Parts: sequence; C-alpha cells; structure tokens
Amino acid sequence: MTDDAIVVEGLEKSYGSVRALRGVDFAARTGSVLGLLGPNGAGKTTAVRILTTLLEADAGTARVAGLDVKRDAAALRARIGLAGQYAAVDENLTGLENLEMVGRLYHLGRDMSRGRAHELLESFDLTGAARRPAKTYSGGMRRRLDLAAALVARPPVLFLDEPTTGLDPRSRLGMWETIEDRVAGGATVLLTTQYLDEADRLADRIVVVDHGRVIAEGTSDELKAQIGGDRLDVKLVDAGDAEAAISSLAEMCLDRATADGPIVHAPLRPRHGVIPEAVRKLDAAGIEIDDISLHRPTLDDVFIALTGHAADEEVPEGEQEKEPAAA
Amino acid sequence: MSSLSTTVEDTWVLARRNLLRIPRQPDLLIAYTIQPVMFVLLFVYVFGGAIQTPGFDYVDFLMPGIIVQSIAFGGFVTALGLSEDVKKGLIDRFRSLPMSRSAVLTARTSSDVLLNVLSLLVLFAVGFLAGFNFIDATAGEIALGLVLVLFLGYAFSWIFALIGLYSSSPETANSIGFTLIFPLTFASSVFVPAESMPDGLRQFAEANPFTTISDAVRSLWLDTPPHTDVWMAFVWCAVLTAIFAPLAVARYRKVAAH
Repeated sequence: MTDDAIVVEGLEKSYGSVRALRGVDFAARTGSVLGLLGPNGAGKTTAVRILTTLLEADAGTARVAGLDVKRDAAALRARIGLAGQYAAVDENLTGLENLEMVGRLYHLGRDMSRGRAHELLESFDLTGAARRPAKTYSGGMRRRLDLAAALVARPPVLFLDEPTTGLDPRSRLGMWETIEDRVAGGATVLLTTQYLDEADRLADRIVVVDHGRVIAEGTSDELKAQIGGDRLDVKLVDAGDAEAAISSLAEMCLDRATADGPIVHAPLRPRHGVIPEAVRKLDAAGIEIDDISLHRPTLDDVFIALTGHAADEEVPEGEQEKEPAAA
Repeated sequence: MSSLSTTVEDTWVLARRNLLRIPRQPDLLIAYTIQPVMFVLLFVYVFGGAIQTPGFDYVDFLMPGIIVQSIAFGGFVTALGLSEDVKKGLIDRFRSLPMSRSAVLTARTSSDVLLNVLSLLVLFAVGFLAGFNFIDATAGEIALGLVLVLFLGYAFSWIFALIGLYSSSPETANSIGFTLIFPLTFASSVFVPAESMPDGLRQFAEANPFTTISDAVRSLWLDTPPHTDVWMAFVWCAVLTAIFAPLAVARYRKVAAH
C-alpha cells in the first residue's frame, strides 16, 4: 500500500455522547485528489483534524505520507499543508508577512521563506496586495492567501477543508484551477466539500460520509452508475407516436421506457453512441422527433439516493464575498 | 534542530508578529497608554483628595499601586489575541506546523514584557507630571522594583493566556478578565492602605498578592517600613508563573477552533 499517501482504518471519534466518526476507512493514492463529501456534521472536519494531528482519534489508525498521525505527529507536520474553512491568516499582517511567518515556522530560514512568499504571491495573483494588511483583502483573496500558506513548504500532502465555502462563483472557479495546478505538480490532496459539483470536478475518487460513516465510495462515474446509468429523453413531434417510439427503443433500454405526453424517457444500458443509434431507429420507424437529449445523473442524484436527503448547500453567514479594495 | 533553539526561533518569529500588529490596531495602543493615564488622573485628582495616606502625598502612595495594577493587566492583550487566534483558526494552522508546541504562548508572554515597558514609560511620565517622587530610593532599589513589576506582568500574561484559550471569543475573555481579576486589585492596597479597610475585607486584602506586591514596590521606591517582604513578592510571581504556564501550554495543545 505504499502508493497510498493517506490510509485511514477504523477511525472513531466521539465528543461526549456525539459520535462524530463511527469507524471510517478510506485511502488516497499518491498524486490524486480524494473528495470527502458529506453534509454539515457528517464528520468530514473531524477526519481532517485527526489527519493533520490537531485531534487524536479514539480508535483506529491513520497514516499520512507513510507516517502514523499519532506516533510520528511531529515529523508528519513538516510534510502536510492545511487550508481550512476559516481562512486562517493574520489580518493585521500583510500577505507577504503572513507567508514569511509560515515559512519561518516551517523552519525554511529567512531567505528561503521570503523567496517562497514572493513566489506564491505571484502565482496566486496577490503581488499587488502583498504589502497590504490581510484585513483589507476580499474573501476570495483571503482564501487564496490561506491556500498559499498551506503550500509554503511544498508539502506532499494537502488537506483542504471546504476551501470554497462562502466564495462567489468566480472565486470558486479560480480556486479550483489553483488546486488542479497543485495536483498536476504531484501533490496528494484530501478535499472536503459539501458541493457536489466541486467533488465532481476535482476529485479522482469520492468518499461519501454521513453520520460518521462511509456510505459510498468510488469515482464520480462509479457512484453515478450505482444509482442507474444514463437516461435518454426524446421529445416527439406527435405524442401519438409514443408507444411506437417505446417499442423501437426497447432493445437499448434497461427497463421499459415511459412516456410523459410527447416526451419519452428511456433508461439506457451503458454503451456509447446512443443518440445516433436512437435517431436511426426512430427514423426507420418513421417517427418524427423534435428534440433528443442524454441525461446523466449528477452527484446530487447520487447523494439523495444514498442518504435520502440533499447535501446541505447553505452558505455560512458572514462569509459573503466582498469586492477587493483597489489593489 | 534542537527543541530549545526551535522554541527560541519560533518564539522570535511569533513575537515579531505580535508586535507588528500593535501599531496597526490603534485600540490596543490606547489600552496601553490612555487607560493607565486615565486611572492616574482619576485617582490623583478625583478620589485623591478624600483618601488619607498618613506620611505620604497620595500621588506617591498611588503610583506604585497603579503601576502594579496596569502592568498586571498589560498581559490582557494576550487573552484577547489568543481567543481571536482560536476563533479565526490561526491556532489550528500553528498546531499543524512543525513548530515548537509552546512558542505561540512564549511569544505572547515575551512580547507582553516589551509592551509593558512601553506602558511603564507612559505611567512614569504621567506620574512625574502629577507630582510623583521616589523617596530615599537607590538606583538599585528602583531597578529591583521595575524588575518585580515586569515579573508580575509576565506571571499575569500566563494567567491571561489561559483565560484566552478558554474563551470562545475576545468578548468572553474581556468579561472573565474584568469580573474575576479586576476586583482583586481593588480589594488590596493598590489604591488605599489595607489598614483603612473594615474587618474581613482587611484580612482578605492583607493576604492578597496585589497587596504584597504593591507594598514591596512601595518599600523599594518610597522607603516604607520593611514589614513588607520584597522576596515574598518575587515568590508570588514565581508561583503564579509556575502554576499557570504549564496549564496554559497543556490547554494550547488541546484547544480546538470553535
């Protein structure tokens, strides 16, 4: 299992009578992004806190970068970077001072800390704001600074706890691109999120947690396949052709297609090139079509199917994005 | 890197951070300068006329006490700063870094010492303007009194560190500090002689470390009778540090963001 940068087995943690983690197992391959997906209170943050040595588990083991999170905690801290939902930067220090401070605390030395700080400010598009106190930054800029701080020592394993919660769509997209860059550079990332589109876009594998347990695991496609494959929606010119359309599509379908007025919903067998094939079959049967579309299940569908409730999409108060002051 | 040199380096990096923020947070500067000045003016000119301190001008009696009180509260910025760091998640970041496990606190308490020196300068300036004089004090006695006061400030920084780490917000830290510790300074010889208090309160005041320390500073600076033990004042400061520093460090290792 040396290919796995993160290995978690049987992790348990309770706060008083609240069981935050009830025996959780997962692993992340070196150089991949593992998405830990779940609603608020599912145990995601508790797992991250244990993996970053901030909290001790009640039971179970966890290894990160080959080191035991409990026994080798001191050595492990030099090999991880943490960016959290709080945007943990010192508001009274400038962006440059914040990053230099973190570099010094990683013991990179003064010169290297300064060099690294300038490099990161540049690549996070913060050079213009480098000498302004972080309290003048917008929410998106603070998150970028926070993520930059996590990257100061080029740690091989990164923990990003809801890195885009509370950001506006443009800032989220920028954050995603930044994370993708780091993964391309070889980092292993554990990302927690309650945004399904975020996990879908960034994560190589997804672990879905709810009430302190892993309830599903796999790639985004595997999870979607678990709740059924693609569905073809055909809009007919004449609703009277519905029965004929259902029988001509029959051999492509897992189950019998259903009609809803002029629209036929066909649950498909997994295969490629379904639209041209369906068009040929319907054409051969002399059925005129108005529109045809392929519907792929989203992770939202997966989440609702697995948990019986939607992932919590609400944005915490006080996290609204502000427009940056003049840079 | 050895753990001691790591602690020293990390402490320096973080102390620098604590001091850099002072000129950028004018409200903190006010706490260090205007507030003690207000106290001196209030007690000397408003209450002073009604307070009897046989054998002394009230301002001479008052200044050592007010200096003890102000410097003890100098560490308050540590409580505010730490509770803010906990709330904002900075403590999480520090705890996830390969740095010394006590540096966040040693940095706070040692930057407090520097800030207390600043406070002392302001207090002495106002004190001298209001008519304060050392009485038969040698340079050595004056210096020993300053060391004692700064040591007291250091001990209280650890108490405030613990308060800060237990508070869910700077506001809570504020109210704990002022409801628990502030009254202690009044039930002591900081502002009035303990002998002038009614039975019960007088015994409490005499056992109060603020009395021991204020009287010790007076014996050094005003040549008051040596029934007050200067060494006992140092013992108090050492004991408070020895109790609260380990408690604060233990709490730091456990504290979670709220």
